[in-house]
Amino acid sequence: MSSPPSSSGLRFSGWNLLLLVPFLMLVTPWFNSIEPRLFGLPFFYWSQFAFVPVGVICVALVYWRTRDTPTVPAEGRPGGVDELDEGTAR
Amino acid sequence: MIQWVELIIFALLFALVTVLGFVASRWRRGATLDHLDEWGLGGRKFGSWVTWFLVGGDLYTAYTFVAVPALLFGAGAIGFYALPYTIVLYPLVFLPVLRLWSVSRVHGYVTPADFVHGRYGSPVLALLVAVTGIVATMPYIALQLAGLEAVLRTMGLNGTGLAGHLPLFIAFVILALYTYQSGLRAPALIAFVKDILIYLVILVAVFYLPAKLGGWSAIFDASAHKLAQPSPTTGAPAGSILLTGNNQLQYITLALGSALALFLYPHSVTGALASRGRDVLKRNMVALPAYSLLLGLLALLGYVAIAAGVRPITNNATGRPDTNTIIPVLFETQFGPWFAGIAFAAIGIGALVPAAIMSIAAANLWTRNIYKTYLRPDATPAEETKQAKLASLVVKLGAVLFVVAVDPQFSIDLQLIGGVIILQTLPAVAIALYTRWLHRWALVVGWLAGMSYGLYLLYQIPNLAAKRPHFGGSALTLDRLSVFGWHLFPGSTVQIYVGFVALVVNLLVAVLASVVLRAAAVSNGTDATTRSDYHADEGSERFKPGREGAVIH
Repeated sequence: MSSPPSSSGLRFSGWNLLLLVPFLMLVTPWFNSIEPRLFGLPFFYWSQFAFVPVGVICVALVYWRTRDTPTVPAEGRPGGVDELDEGTAR
Repeated sequence: MIQWVELIIFALLFALVTVLGFVASRWRRGATLDHLDEWGLGGRKFGSWVTWFLVGGDLYTAYTFVAVPALLFGAGAIGFYALPYTIVLYPLVFLPVLRLWSVSRVHGYVTPADFVHGRYGSPVLALLVAVTGIVATMPYIALQLAGLEAVLRTMGLNGTGLAGHLPLFIAFVILALYTYQSGLRAPALIAFVKDILIYLVILVAVFYLPAKLGGWSAIFDASAHKLAQPSPTTGAPAGSILLTGNNQLQYITLALGSALALFLYPHSVTGALASRGRDVLKRNMVALPAYSLLLGLLALLGYVAIAAGVRPITNNATGRPDTNTIIPVLFETQFGPWFAGIAFAAIGIGALVPAAIMSIAAANLWTRNIYKTYLRPDATPAEETKQAKLASLVVKLGAVLFVVAVDPQFSIDLQLIGGVIILQTLPAVAIALYTRWLHRWALVVGWLAGMSYGLYLLYQIPNLAAKRPHFGGSALTLDRLSVFGWHLFPGSTVQIYVGFVALVVNLLVAVLASVVLRAAAVSNGTDATTRSDYHADEGSERFKPGREGAVIH
C-alpha cells in the first residue's frame, strides 16, 4: 500500500495563497459606511456584493493552476509528465 | 382566510416534486439500492450539475431564505453576515473538502465520524463526533419544518392546536415516504425544481419590488428610520443599517465561525461525498457562490419588507407574531396570487430538499457509528441500509413532533446552539485531515472543554426583547467572558460569537493535552489511512495502482 514519498505528502502550491484574498472582506471597518452609494445601495452592502466575484476568481485561479494535468504547460520548460505535479506548476 | 389560487399552485408544484421523489429511485440506478453507498450517497457518482443543485439545495435552506431577511428586518446590518459567511466559505473549505472526499472514497467512509474512526482507530472519538452531528442536525430539520409552516400559515392554513399542524404533517409523511424509497437520489432530483423556482422568484423580487417601492435609496432610508426607533420592550434602537462599534467583532466572528462550521455538519459532508470526483467538487467550489449572490439579494428583502410596511403574522398555535413570516407576507401583499403561489412553493419545496438530506445524514451517522460499531458489528450492507432507512423515518417523525410539541422559538435557540456545538468537532475532523499531531484523547478532552464552556456561555446570554434570562442568542458581550470567575474584559460592551470563543478554548485544551499525552507516550491509536489516500482521484492518470480494489463502486 505504500507509495513513493514524492507524490504522497502535503502538496503545496503558491497559487493556494490566493485562497486567503477573500478573507480581506472580514475587515469590516474598511467598508462600514453609507457613502458612496451604488444604485441606492450603501457602500456597506454593495462592496460586500463585489466580493462575490473576487471569491469566485480566486478559487477558479487556484483550480486552474493546480490541476493534476495543467492544460497549459508551465512556461519555458518542456513540461515532462513528472514536472506537471501540483507542487511544481507555479 | 384560505388563499385558493396560491394554495392550488402550491399543491400542483408539491405534487410534481412528489412524483419526482418516487421516480428518483430509478434514476441512474446502481446494481442494488440495498447498499448504504447507493441509498445514502446516491452511488457516489453525481456529476458537476447534479452536485451544484444538490449542495446548493442542501446548504442554502428554506430556513436561511426565510430567517436571514427576518434578521435584517428585525436587527439591521448584523443579519447581512450571511453574505461574507458564504463568500469566505469556499476558499476556506476548498482544500480540506478535497482531502476528505479522497480519503472517504478510498476507504468507503460515509460519514465524518467514519473518517475519525479510521484516522484514530478510536470508536469513542467517532461516537462523540457522530452524536454531536445528530444533535446539531435535529433542530436544523425542525427549522425546515418551521419554514414550511410559515408558508402554509400565510396561505391561510393557520389553524389552532393540533389541527393547525395537520398540513405540515401530511407534507412530511410524503417526504418521509419518498426519502425512504429513493434515498439521496430524491432530494438530488427535486433540488432542480427547487432551485429553478427560487432563482426565478428572487430575481423577479429584487428587480420588481424596489422599482415598485421607490428604489433602493428610499428602501434603505425607510429602514434606517424604522430601525432607529426605540423598541417598546428594551427602549434601545432595534438596530441600524450599518455595524456599530459593539457588533463589528460579532459580525466577523459569526461569519467566520459559521463558515468553519458549515462543512462539519453531516448533511454538507453527505452532499460532498456523493460527488463523482475531485474535479466535480472543485468546479462546484467555483460555481456555488452564485447562490451566495442570491442569498445576499434575498437578505435585502428584509429591508424591502420594512419599506413595504409588512407586519409579521401571529402564529395561532403559539399566539405570538412570527417574524419568519415576513418574506411570505411580503410576497403575498406585493405579488398577484399566481406568482405568490409560485414563491410559496419555492420556499416550501426549498424546505423539503435539505430536510431530506439532513435526515439521510443523521440516519447514516446512526447506522455507521452507533448501530454498526456498537450494536451489530457484523451487519451486512443490506441490513445497514434497512437500518438507515428506518432511522431516517424516526428522525423526521422526531422533527415533526418537535415542531408540534415545542415552541418554534425553542428550535431556533437549539439551532443556534447547534452551530456552536458542531464547531467543536473541527479539531477531530478538519485538523485530522492534515495531521495526527493532536492526540486522540486530547481531542476528547478538548471537545468536552469547548462544549461545556460554549453551553455555559450560551446559558448566560439573556434576550432582553423576549424577556428571557438564558439562551437569548449567540452574541456574547466580552464583559461576560470569564475564566473561573476572572473577567477578562470588565465593562466592555463589544460582542463576539460564542461558537468562536468555545472553539478557541477547545483548541487550546487539545494542544496542551496533546503535549502532555505525547510526553507520557500514551498510545495515539492506529491510522488506517496512508498519506496518498488524501489525493486519490477517480479517473486520474495518477490514480495509484492497486487502489481500485479498495474503492466501492
